[in-house]
Amino acid sequence: MPAISLAKAPQPAATNPAQIRNFCIIAHIDHGKSTLADRMLGITEVVEARNMRAQYLDRMDIERERGITIKSQAVRLPWRSGIDGQEYILNMIDTPGHVDFTYEVSRSLAACEGAVLLVDCAQGIEAQTLANLYLAMENNLTIIPVLNKIDLPNAQPDKFAAELARLIGCQPEDCLRVSGKTGDGVAELLDQIVAQIPAPVGDANAPARALIFDSVYDSYRGVVTYIRVIDGRINPREQIQMFSTGVRHEALEVGVISPEPVPSKGLGVGEVGYLITGVKDVRQSRVGDTITNYQNPTKTALAGYKDPKPMVFSGLFPLDGADFPLLRDALDKLQLNDAALVYEPESSAALGFGFRCGFLGLLHMEIVRERLERESGISLISTAPNVVYRVTLEDGKEFVVTNPSEFPDGKINNVKEPIVKCTILAPSEYIGTIMELCQERRGTMQGMDYISEDRVEIRYTLPLAEIVFDFFDQLKSRTKGYASLDYEELGDEEGNLVKVDILLQGEAVDAFSAIVHRDKAYSYGVMMTGKLRELIPRQQFEVPIQAAIGSRIIARESIRAIRKDVLAKCYGGDISRKRKLLEKQKEGKKRMKMVGRVEVPQEAFVAALATDADIEKIKAARKQD
Amino acid sequence: MLSFYVHIPYCIKRCGYCDFNTYTPNELQDGASLEIVSNDYIDAVLLELDAAPLDEVPTIFFGGGTPSLLPAKDLGRVIAAIKARNGLTADCEITLEANPDSVTEEKLQGYLAAGFNRISFGMQSAQTHVLAVLDRTHNPANVKRAVDMARAAGYKSISVDLIYGTPGESLDDWRATVTEALSLDIDHISAYALIVETGTKLAAQIKRGDLTMPIDDLMADMYLLVDQMCNDAGLAWYELSNWSKPGHECQHNIAYWKSANWWGLGPGAHSHVDKKRFWNVKHPTAYKQKLFAKESPVAESELLTNEQLRDEAIMLAIRMRTGLALSSLNKQGQDNLQAYVSTGHIVISDEHIQLTAQGRLIADRLVREALG
Repeated sequence: MPAISLAKAPQPAATNPAQIRNFCIIAHIDHGKSTLADRMLGITEVVEARNMRAQYLDRMDIERERGITIKSQAVRLPWRSGIDGQEYILNMIDTPGHVDFTYEVSRSLAACEGAVLLVDCAQGIEAQTLANLYLAMENNLTIIPVLNKIDLPNAQPDKFAAELARLIGCQPEDCLRVSGKTGDGVAELLDQIVAQIPAPVGDANAPARALIFDSVYDSYRGVVTYIRVIDGRINPREQIQMFSTGVRHEALEVGVISPEPVPSKGLGVGEVGYLITGVKDVRQSRVGDTITNYQNPTKTALAGYKDPKPMVFSGLFPLDGADFPLLRDALDKLQLNDAALVYEPESSAALGFGFRCGFLGLLHMEIVRERLERESGISLISTAPNVVYRVTLEDGKEFVVTNPSEFPDGKINNVKEPIVKCTILAPSEYIGTIMELCQERRGTMQGMDYISEDRVEIRYTLPLAEIVFDFFDQLKSRTKGYASLDYEELGDEEGNLVKVDILLQGEAVDAFSAIVHRDKAYSYGVMMTGKLRELIPRQQFEVPIQAAIGSRIIARESIRAIRKDVLAKCYGGDISRKRKLLEKQKEGKKRMKMVGRVEVPQEAFVAALATDADIEKIKAARKQD
Repeated sequence: MLSFYVHIPYCIKRCGYCDFNTYTPNELQDGASLEIVSNDYIDAVLLELDAAPLDEVPTIFFGGGTPSLLPAKDLGRVIAAIKARNGLTADCEITLEANPDSVTEEKLQGYLAAGFNRISFGMQSAQTHVLAVLDRTHNPANVKRAVDMARAAGYKSISVDLIYGTPGESLDDWRATVTEALSLDIDHISAYALIVETGTKLAAQIKRGDLTMPIDDLMADMYLLVDQMCNDAGLAWYELSNWSKPGHECQHNIAYWKSANWWGLGPGAHSHVDKKRFWNVKHPTAYKQKLFAKESPVAESELLTNEQLRDEAIMLAIRMRTGLALSSLNKQGQDNLQAYVSTGHIVISDEHIQLTAQGRLIADRLVREALG
């Protein structure tokens, strides 16, 4: 095998850039990226066979369980080319695979000269992969198309080779065919990475410039920053500086990942590795920022740095109010590792104390929530996700609204909402279904192309608000899981939007207020009042439930007063039984929230705010109990 | 003082709604005649009695099952034994639950001679279609015959049990039943909303969709109706589900609701002595085996905490006309209940909380509020 032992391989800080190849793998969830990466670790012998485990590079449980890579990593792989017999260093930069992390993906891409486009040849390319592919092409990366899982009985390599060829403008026979599972074609792929991807170019004598493409909090080491050196050199014990903030740090340790961290004497032009400065918070070492020498700083930063901007907001509340301090601690801890997460305390009359949190997108929101619950053991209620609205009143005053309860009461001139460009890839038989869904969600069709004889790319512009609530679940269920979705921001547009309040006995319940299109206000009102009528138990008085826009009632239901809540018999053995029931009910009463005089069980809030998919999850969890 | 409950776990036939601890002779499968079973069973009960405290006894209640299935001489052995070891108060109330079908003049005389002075007939309904759903065997006409015989025999108090809210029962059906009951020569009525217990034939019929339970509103109307009709007939409510002529309140049941001490004899029977509640193994055969082997038949017991004692006391007292002393509630409980004065669910007089008929309908909710 053309592997080289690590000791004999070219060493960090002493590797000629001509021997370096930096690449990433662009792939959709489930298309086998982690398995292919495992195989590369094995074939280059950086991981001994006896130490190998599946999805070696995916650190967090949540990554392994969901099959998604949230945080990227870079691995240094020594390789002797089977073509020219020379020694090379391949740096494999793992990229996150989801639309919410487009910015992080773009920074990973900026650290590479080439990309392996990995496509499952039983499924074909997916929308998010396509989006990342376009991103890579815009970054002028060399693309190596690779069809994975050729060992599968239902593989259709010829069909999907044609699809890839059409997308990137190559010949179908240029597509490599591999199996991450069996290892077939992986050595050839490594040789092609050497042959096709250009070596990095940089000025070794210029002031240092290194791109931060990832930043991870480690509870023992503090923040571990992943960097790609463009010019100059980063040395341990030197003072370095973050370009965006001007803050100085000491490089306590510099090294490479192979695939465990190994300290090195430095990192030179074209090299990829890690840096530890002792900072405790990833926000001090932001993805996209440029690192330079403090003594001899560069004058020009690398292009493309952006502050992460939250797109979706939701309130997170502990199910048990007493857990609020725990939730705060958990968020503080999570933020150490997630520069994109923003939050501030929020208090809701209905749900008590919690936090208004901003997320990059839906998956980010789901991951954060899941990690909070898992890592801190707190049960959470989240309110319906919200986008950022810009409201202008007739007097010209402007408001930025990330929470329906902040929607201003005065005379409104206009409301602007974020619009996104959506790309949906699906088998052509679902065109009608998908168009129907997009129309329901106020979409405007922008175009449609066949990417192969039976697969289409459908483009729509849609208000972001319409896709943050169960659009993806709907798309998946209506297309039997075949459709994939990607979206990107297009800016704001004026919309005919109103705030619908839900009133219990005349009192608005903040958690249920929503900003919706005027045409949908009525159906939202009917849906929500109907749902609540089912969910709220009868009280000793009649409880009207109303939906209102301002002071105008648009829908009404009522919960009839309870007439009977009594056990007729209470003798001998009934007494213990009844007392035990009462003790249970006393516990249950603690979980009741009072809205005015109305007792609303916690479950009613959860169920009213949940999507159908959530309800399935809740049911499944209950079954397990 | 120590009241006694004596459980007679036998019935000729199990009714469809019943989940009580009772067995038909067939289910016992020991092939013995009822006489032998009865004698044998009473032997076991008397062995259990040895463990009870020796306090004087104000009430004894024979329930079941169908106590009137057993011969007077057997039940009489229990009364005699209690009297001999504990002594009975001068006005000791001794109740027999009886099936109107199985009593005769002769049997009634026998029970009276054995010491019984109060009898309670399981009437349930005057409507044959309702009785059929309940799976009851008796002929409604037999109830009047039984009550008249009991009166003639000289029982001091006569009661009937009624059930409302049976699937298929209308408000008019119920009115007819209550009218019929009040036309009898009785002193006391107990009326219970039908409870569908899991594991009963009735529960299965409802689950299958063969029968449909009435909605709560109808049940509530039925309760208000029986309350009104009883009051009009001179039977005042003294507990949620019980109405009587003055002086005919069931003292035994009042003992339960006042958290007095009482001892339950028989399989599955519960006892309450001071702060302790305990109950016996459920099956009559296991019960007999334990006692004949000189072992305790107690299956489980619990020692009540002060909070539990308080909760029970509130939960029970609120059911009675005498009501709940405001002083027994904490501040929160008092405040919570205040809100129900204006809604007409409770009245407060003489520092006591009393439930109105509307309030009795939501008594369990009021208990939760009272606990604060």
